[in-house]
Amino acid sequence: MEKKINIRRNLWIALLLMMASGALFLFYNLGSSWEFALRLRGFKVVAILVVAGCVAFSSVAFQTLTNNRILTPSIMGFESLYLLIQTVIVYLYSDQTYRVLSSIDNFLVSVAGMIGFSFLLYLLIYKKGKDNLYLLLLVGIILGTLFSSLSSFMQLLIDPNDFFIVQGKMFATFNKINNKLLWPSLVVMTATLLIGFRMTRYLDVLALGRDQAINLGLDYNRVVKIFLVIIAVLVSVSTALVGPITFLGLLVTNLTYELFRTHKHHLLIAACIMVSATALLIGQFLMERVFNLSIPLSAIINMVGGFYFIYLLLRVKKL
Amino acid sequence: MIEVQEITKQYGEKVVLDKVGLQFHKGKVTSLIGSNGAGKSTLLSVISRLLSQDGGVVMVDEKNVTEYKNRMLAQRLSILKQSNHVRLKLTVRELVSFGRFPYSQDKLTKEDMMKVDRAIDFLNLRAIEHAYIDELSGGQKQRAYMAMVVAQDTEYILLDEPLNNLDMKHSVQTMKMMRQLADELGKTIIVVLHDINFASHYSDYIVALKDGKVIYHDTTDNIIREDVLKDVFGVRVKICEFDHKRICNYF
Repeated sequence: MEKKINIRRNLWIALLLMMASGALFLFYNLGSSWEFALRLRGFKVVAILVVAGCVAFSSVAFQTLTNNRILTPSIMGFESLYLLIQTVIVYLYSDQTYRVLSSIDNFLVSVAGMIGFSFLLYLLIYKKGKDNLYLLLLVGIILGTLFSSLSSFMQLLIDPNDFFIVQGKMFATFNKINNKLLWPSLVVMTATLLIGFRMTRYLDVLALGRDQAINLGLDYNRVVKIFLVIIAVLVSVSTALVGPITFLGLLVTNLTYELFRTHKHHLLIAACIMVSATALLIGQFLMERVFNLSIPLSAIINMVGGFYFIYLLLRVKKL
Repeated sequence: MIEVQEITKQYGEKVVLDKVGLQFHKGKVTSLIGSNGAGKSTLLSVISRLLSQDGGVVMVDEKNVTEYKNRMLAQRLSILKQSNHVRLKLTVRELVSFGRFPYSQDKLTKEDMMKVDRAIDFLNLRAIEHAYIDELSGGQKQRAYMAMVVAQDTEYILLDEPLNNLDMKHSVQTMKMMRQLADELGKTIIVVLHDINFASHYSDYIVALKDGKVIYHDTTDNIIREDVLKDVFGVRVKICEFDHKRICNYF
């Protein structure tokens, strides 16, 4: 019983922390043209919430499906495919890229490409009757490597000036989000999370392993497929919105498991969303106000994440 | 009643189950014995739909298992396999509660709570019901999983080598519990056993498999015989009678 109170208390603390970091990010040093600044920062906060929701749900669900705490959905090659799509676009249109393809078109092409790819992957593997999740991961890893190699090859061929356009897409950033993309992303994320949250009790059972899940009456293959589709949609939306960011998943999920010792996935995922949002808000705040945009957000988060992992290693001896 | 007809399973060229046909007696304990690779565990996995067969059908109560809804089947038939290593932060009671998932999913009713409590008492887990399962010893963990199966309260219970990793005391406890489940609650139990003496002492019927075929299926007394066991295991066995139970010496 004591445990339940602890989890509820920690959830409240996480919520408070998230709101506090949100307020800090929104209101710190607003300046005279505060309406403009607030509007600009408000968009970023919404984008951060969208990404936090996508990363948290997809990472926790993916780790439960694979029963592995050190994997993120990026292993399936989503991000390398995203970079390949961006490279191909720049390769085709070089410096005309932005004129030919608006950022909305780019967003749609990227999302469609990533979701289409994952469906194709699932279809190929499940149609052959090889309903093996690990085979799927293996094929995903290999295709991801293939996409990366193709991108590197094409990046060699394109003009160095055009390369900067690609380079800008390689790192996740909240600084140049198109506001028009924000609302569709928010709607898709919310809708997907609503469906996802109705199914979290299946994740609780899936965490016991395949055999137990079947024993307890789950239609294992069907449920896994549904979750894979949900994960594909979420990862695609967040990647197309801000760039490759699932590296965040590894940090926030493990932090969440450490802070919230429960097997109930609706609590875990809710907590993970708050942890992700807090991490992103603070990271973005540090980047903008302390480091004056001189280093990318991923550098800050990776550094903090790295220190945290060393701390974990020193403290618990076994992960 | 569980009945399997012409079950065939092969991995590549290797035939693991070769047209296995069997009927399991209701309310009895049936042991599956045979040497390594005879197909015992595979048969159990096929019956419990963890593994799909290449041919043949599994009937549960005169109905093909493929016609059952997953949830309905989970209310009739449960399986406990080995290697349940879960690193979840899960207490014994929470694990046992999962046994009620086929009935109420995660919304437990009063009746579910009662069955969970009964299962916990049945396996003597009251003292550790709030302990985390990843902090338990092998024997305690095994009992916790058993309790989950008991809470699932199915007519048919399939157990795959439940005595693995258990010491003498816990092995005997587990087998006694199985007897209790069959005798007091009328459960039908199919169990894969390696130790022939446990099979001899606690089962009503024994099925002997060899090279993917059923070579004997009879009452325990008709199987625990020197000529039969030599045929099954290819080892000379000496049988002594002790307290009206037959003990095999094969050392």
